[in-house]
Amino acid sequence: MAPAKQKTAKVSRNPDLIRGVGKFSRSKMYHKRGLWAIKAKNGGTFPCHEKKLEEPAPAAVKPVKFYPADDVKKPLANKRKPKPTKLRASITPGTVLIILAGRFKGKRVVFLKQLSSGLLLVTGPYKINGVPLRRVNQAYVIGTSTKVDISGVSVDKFDDKYFAKQVEKKKKKGEGEFFEAEKEAKNVLPQVKKDDQKAVDTQLIKAIEGVEELKAYLAARFSLTAGMKPHDLVF
Amino acid sequence: MVFKRYVEIGRVALINYGKEYGKLVVIVDVIDQNRALVDAPDMVRSQMNFKRLTLTDIKIDIKRIPKKKALVAALEAADVKTKWENSSWGRKLIVQKRRASLNDFDRFKLMLAKIKKAGVVRQELAKLKRQSAA
Repeated sequence: MAPAKQKTAKVSRNPDLIRGVGKFSRSKMYHKRGLWAIKAKNGGTFPCHEKKLEEPAPAAVKPVKFYPADDVKKPLANKRKPKPTKLRASITPGTVLIILAGRFKGKRVVFLKQLSSGLLLVTGPYKINGVPLRRVNQAYVIGTSTKVDISGVSVDKFDDKYFAKQVEKKKKKGEGEFFEAEKEAKNVLPQVKKDDQKAVDTQLIKAIEGVEELKAYLAARFSLTAGMKPHDLVF
Repeated sequence: MVFKRYVEIGRVALINYGKEYGKLVVIVDVIDQNRALVDAPDMVRSQMNFKRLTLTDIKIDIKRIPKKKALVAALEAADVKTKWENSSWGRKLIVQKRRASLNDFDRFKLMLAKIKKAGVVRQELAKLKRQSAA
C-alpha cells in the first residue's frame, strides 16, 4: 500500500458562533474558499463533470388495466440474514456437556461441533451412555471444563441436512389396506447412520479410555444432591 | 471466660466481610473504639471496623505503624504464613477453598474414592467383628 498521507482533521473555515450560526456570511465564505480564483483559472465558470447523456426514455409503457381499490401499503423489504447462535466461550470441540432437558437429561456427552443452524452436534459416545449423534440446543446444556481430545475424529460430513426427517412417498388410499400398511416399522435406523456412529465413536472411545475414570464419568448421569448449590458449583 | 486474643499492635486478623474477604492482615494501629488501621504486604494500609475482623492466635512483633518494608520483614521473621497454614483453622480454610473449586469431573472422582474407602473400612470392620465373635 502507498504510504498513508498524514490526514489533517478537516477544520471548518467558518467557526460556529452558536450552533447553527457561522461567523462569516455567504459572500465572505465565497472569498475565503477561493471560489473566485478557481473560476478565474477555469475561464469564468466553475469546473464540473460533463453531464451524462440520458438514454432516450423507454418505449411508452402500456397503461395498466387494473388499479386496486384501496391503497395497500407494501411492507418494507427485510434483508436480515440470521447468524448462527453465538457459541459460549466455555464450549469448545471436545468439551464434556451436561444435557439438561429432553430424553437424555442429566447425561454427560461429548461436544463435536456447532452446525450452521446454531445447534450443537453431540455424541455419547453411543456405547458408553446411549446418546447417539444428535443435535442439541446450547440453551439446554451446561459446559463443563473437562475436555476430550477430539483431533482424531472427522466431523465434516455432518450438517443439518443429515438430521432432516425422511419424507415418505404418499401412498394411494386403499381403504382396507390403509391401516395395515401404516403399521410397518418405520423406525429402522438406516445402516449408514449406524456406520457413521461407529466411525466417530471408535476414535473418541480410544481418547476417552486414555483418561482415568472418564468412561465411568460419561456413563453416569448428573444430579443435584443435598447441599449442592448450582450457582456456587464450578463446572 | 477470660479473653485470650486481644486487639493489639501486631495482632494478625482475618477479614470476614467485604471485598477483601478471607485475607490475613496485621493490626498496625487503633484509631478509636471501633476502628483499626490495618495493613498487609499486598494491600494499601487502610482503616477497618473491628466488626469486619476476626482475631487469630498469631501476633507479630512490630512498632506502631511500621513502614511496609519493616512490616514485611517482621512477617517473614515470625513466619506467619506457615504458622497459619499449619494451624487447624488455616487448614480448614484451605480445604474449603479446594472443595469449592472442584470441577464436575473432580466431584465424580471424589465420589468414587469415597465409596472405595468406605468399602475398605467396612471390610476391615467385618473382619474384626468376625475375629471378636469367634
